[in-house]
Amino acid sequence: MRGIEELTEANYEFGFSTDLDTDVAPPGLSEDTVRLISAKKDEPEWLLEWRLKAFAAWQEMEEPDWAKLNIAPIDYQAISYWAAPKQKPVLDSMDDVDPDIRDMFDKLGIPLHEQKMRSNVAVDAIVDSVSVTTTFKATLLEAGVVFCSFSEAVQDYPELVKEHLGSVVPVRDNFFAALNSAVFSDGSFCYIPKGVRCPMELSTYFRINSMNTGQFERTLIVAEDDSHVSYLEGCTAPQRDENQLHAAVVELVAKDRAEIKYSTVQNWYPGDENGLGGIYNFVTKRGRAHEDAKISWTQVETGSAITWKYPSVILQGDRSIGEFYSVALTSKHQQADTGTKMIHIGADTTSTVISKGISAAKGQNTYRGLVKMMRSAENARNYTQCDSLLIGKECGAHTVPYIEVKNPTSKVEHEASTSTVGEDQLYYCRQRGMNEEDAMAMIVNGFCREVFNELPMEFAVEAQRLLSVSLEGSVG
Amino acid sequence: MLHVENLTASIGDKPILNGLSLDVGAGEVHAIMGPNGSGKSTFAHALAGRDGYEISGVATLDGADLLEMEPEDRAAAGIFMGFQYPVEIPGVNNMYFLRTAVNSVRRARGEDEISAREFLKVAQEAMELVEMKQDFLNRSVNAGFSGGEKKRNEILQMAMMQPKLAVLDETDSGLDIDALRVVASGVNSLRGPERSIIVITHYQRLLDYIKPDFVHVLVEGKIVESGDHTLALHLEEKGYADFLGDPDAELSGASA
Repeated sequence: MRGIEELTEANYEFGFSTDLDTDVAPPGLSEDTVRLISAKKDEPEWLLEWRLKAFAAWQEMEEPDWAKLNIAPIDYQAISYWAAPKQKPVLDSMDDVDPDIRDMFDKLGIPLHEQKMRSNVAVDAIVDSVSVTTTFKATLLEAGVVFCSFSEAVQDYPELVKEHLGSVVPVRDNFFAALNSAVFSDGSFCYIPKGVRCPMELSTYFRINSMNTGQFERTLIVAEDDSHVSYLEGCTAPQRDENQLHAAVVELVAKDRAEIKYSTVQNWYPGDENGLGGIYNFVTKRGRAHEDAKISWTQVETGSAITWKYPSVILQGDRSIGEFYSVALTSKHQQADTGTKMIHIGADTTSTVISKGISAAKGQNTYRGLVKMMRSAENARNYTQCDSLLIGKECGAHTVPYIEVKNPTSKVEHEASTSTVGEDQLYYCRQRGMNEEDAMAMIVNGFCREVFNELPMEFAVEAQRLLSVSLEGSVG
Repeated sequence: MLHVENLTASIGDKPILNGLSLDVGAGEVHAIMGPNGSGKSTFAHALAGRDGYEISGVATLDGADLLEMEPEDRAAAGIFMGFQYPVEIPGVNNMYFLRTAVNSVRRARGEDEISAREFLKVAQEAMELVEMKQDFLNRSVNAGFSGGEKKRNEILQMAMMQPKLAVLDETDSGLDIDALRVVASGVNSLRGPERSIIVITHYQRLLDYIKPDFVHVLVEGKIVESGDHTLALHLEEKGYADFLGDPDAELSGASA
């Protein structure tokens, strides 16, 4: 028999922390903090103004309380808003990466050495507040694709950043987006020029390492007419007793006939089995789809103590397509309130929402989704399917769909189901020789099949494995 | 091979099996018949290890104590149960399920996992046995299957698992005559000197296709009568009245 401790450890395999020489700003948030961050990054005046405007807006806003989440009060003055590993800020070659950081990423399964890298995936590696390196930058540039840290983009492509920053998620959009706009430190920037199919998968790996710091990253992807890109993100954090704040903003712009596929495997530290520690994950993700464009969100959310996240699509252009495929797993004391918003503006726009919520132990899982058909959305269509799976007797699943229809020609379908992992299913598998944990993993993976099918192959394998690991100890 | 002695099973304070004893030798086919509620399915589940029963008595397979084992260990020991109501597992590919099952049992026995190629070959043969089409392997386990397909899938699994003892619980229920013929011929081709089979059924009909060596009548959780296949014919004609202590049955004077 395995002890509780062993099971808990097995549950979160990325809980280690790395001793890096880090430059950390003292805790606290004021206009000076915003100026400090902007100065650290040597930002142009317009961006500082933009941040200050956001900060002023944020000060007048209140934390949203409509989500079905039970959150201990967050002291925004107790958090440090800047933590950067001390190393040379600009890197031309992988060999310049601090060996400790390289080792850390090796341990996370993300090799940054030239010879060990996967040949079809470019990686932007972000530790705490800064990007430490981006691989395959030169190769991508040959195809015209820009893939770099947000900070570099501000220096090297200021016009592109200025044009699109805040164009999909305005600074006043919500409390956490405003906070992010004021203090965001780094993130990834991708630009795919007209007619280009990005030759490899782009990915960003986020790692929170320092204590008592928040991570506020900003990602912007711009896909010009007729272009195509597939982007992946992964995230982990050390196991600590304190809650840590992560508030990100992601903006996608898909111009005419462009396609952006955005996949997330979120595995922030979820806290322990008593609900101690874990990441508070408040994320605003939104894309704008122009004519005949397609934006597809796929997310596998297994980590974080709190998840508050609604990747959305503004279907602005006629015939644009929005998709949202989600697996959210809450175990231990985890709480997730997640879903999507599909805003249909253009005619003949279509959206598909497939959400799979899994609740185990004392986990609480809420699907919250909005489908909005504007007056101009002639013949628009939406199909939504929300399935919840319950494991055990102390967890909860909730579905909160909002549907607003202002155009009588549009069509909205919503299906929802709730089921439990049946004793019958487990018994059937065990009679065929499988042990209880393997059987549970198989049944849960089957439940998520439709979503996993949307993930790039390697991510799908990783997601299945993660799900099995996260469920360990939740049976029997 | 299988030795069962004075087996009792109850749920809460409701007794279901009341001292059932049975010996099944290698290569033998035994039929267990009985009226509704007599404990036939409970007997099958007691052998397979389903949770929720309080069990006492003895049940061993080749001397190994089954009652001490988890269901998966019993499967590894060689017990296969054909379910009366096969369970649906949406999203899990039938082939993946079969391969996981076969490999789980192999691992538990300390054998190497089956190669993809070998597995496909064996699966192909097993599918011919139960007249299943190719696309069958790519569908989700039992999800959206017809009654006949579910039962054929059970026999397909039996063919893949190669059990020592197969317990087939009302494999004939819900089958039309064609499906019954396919399922029965599948079972027959899996008969062998090293494999024992217990067929649980309401009706003698199935036994026209699967000829048992022994027939037992189960009433109120006990075997009250055993004989050869003629006993089944007798039951078909007279029903279970003789064994139910029904006064009308005694009047009819049927010999027992």
